[in-house]
Amino acid sequence: MFFLTIFALFTVHYSLFTDTTASEKWPGVDETVVEKFAKEHGREAKEPFINTDQGDLLLFVFLIAGTVGGFIGGYYWRILMVERAPKIRRDEQKITG
Amino acid sequence: MKFQISNFKVQNYFIFVLSLVTCHLSLVTDAHAMHISEGILPFNWALFWSVIAVPFVAWGLYRLKKLSSVDLSFKPLVGLMAAVVFIISCMPIPVPTAGTCSHPCGTGISGILVGPAISILITAVALLIQALFLAHGGLSTWGADIVSMGVMGSFAGFLTFKLLRSMKINMAIAGFMAGLFADWATYLTTSVELASGIRGDSPFMPLFWKIAVAFIPTQLPLGILEGAMTAGMVTLLYKKRPDLLVKMRVIKAEEAI
Repeated sequence: MFFLTIFALFTVHYSLFTDTTASEKWPGVDETVVEKFAKEHGREAKEPFINTDQGDLLLFVFLIAGTVGGFIGGYYWRILMVERAPKIRRDEQKITG
Repeated sequence: MKFQISNFKVQNYFIFVLSLVTCHLSLVTDAHAMHISEGILPFNWALFWSVIAVPFVAWGLYRLKKLSSVDLSFKPLVGLMAAVVFIISCMPIPVPTAGTCSHPCGTGISGILVGPAISILITAVALLIQALFLAHGGLSTWGADIVSMGVMGSFAGFLTFKLLRSMKINMAIAGFMAGLFADWATYLTTSVELASGIRGDSPFMPLFWKIAVAFIPTQLPLGILEGAMTAGMVTLLYKKRPDLLVKMRVIKAEEAI
């Protein structure tokens, strides 16, 4: 019940500010704290080595990562659940038999 | 009995809907991180934090190899945990009272479930992917980010949970406090890293407090959210799959329901 209350409070809290969230840019703490103080002391953030913030590039990266991850996951799932499973069962039978 | 079941279903449904709404609202803004961006830290400080991080990551690799050699199913479990940490630490949460966005760390829950060593390794992988493809943090500041989020977050979560459980404190409260302290420890360490790196000739302590205080409006409510999230996950696992918690040595066999 305690967690339900916390979730409810957060939801109500956020829902009261939905319009503001949608219409204005909400800077992250990296901008409001980290980069702000760094700038005050003469340090500025550089562009990332791979800048994915260009059009749909990030979606493309996620698509590729999902595809590669899916194939890897599927491959190891096969090893774990298909190729190794009968062997383990055979070993178990040997032990119990 | 019937009433109890339907009541339970309604409560679950309510929690599910609230979680969906919270997630939805949290996704409407750009993701911003507590990670220290590329170029913020001078080279010597970036190198220093990287040197600190290396033995912890190596320890994580060693523990993973050792534990998975005993139990083959441990690796997929760690993979799943890594996905959880990656997603949680990518989740931008708006904090209306502060007018900013921040995100939870996820190291509280991973520290509890897989231990601090593997949690650090998981965080290092999540941070690397974020630095490479999401512009969250940088490659030169990867070590500093591993130390703040991985090392400090995981240890704070793990130790708080262990300490409170050894004092026979309720599972939910122990989980809540672990999540809360993991989050706050991360941002406190980020303040130390930032203050020590950018201070130049100015004294360390005033700058450290200035940065730490600036984090408070965002991280105070977010830490509470992370605590609630961690407690929810641990409690759910305890109720539904106590065997998994026994397997991961979070609880003893006799504690399982």
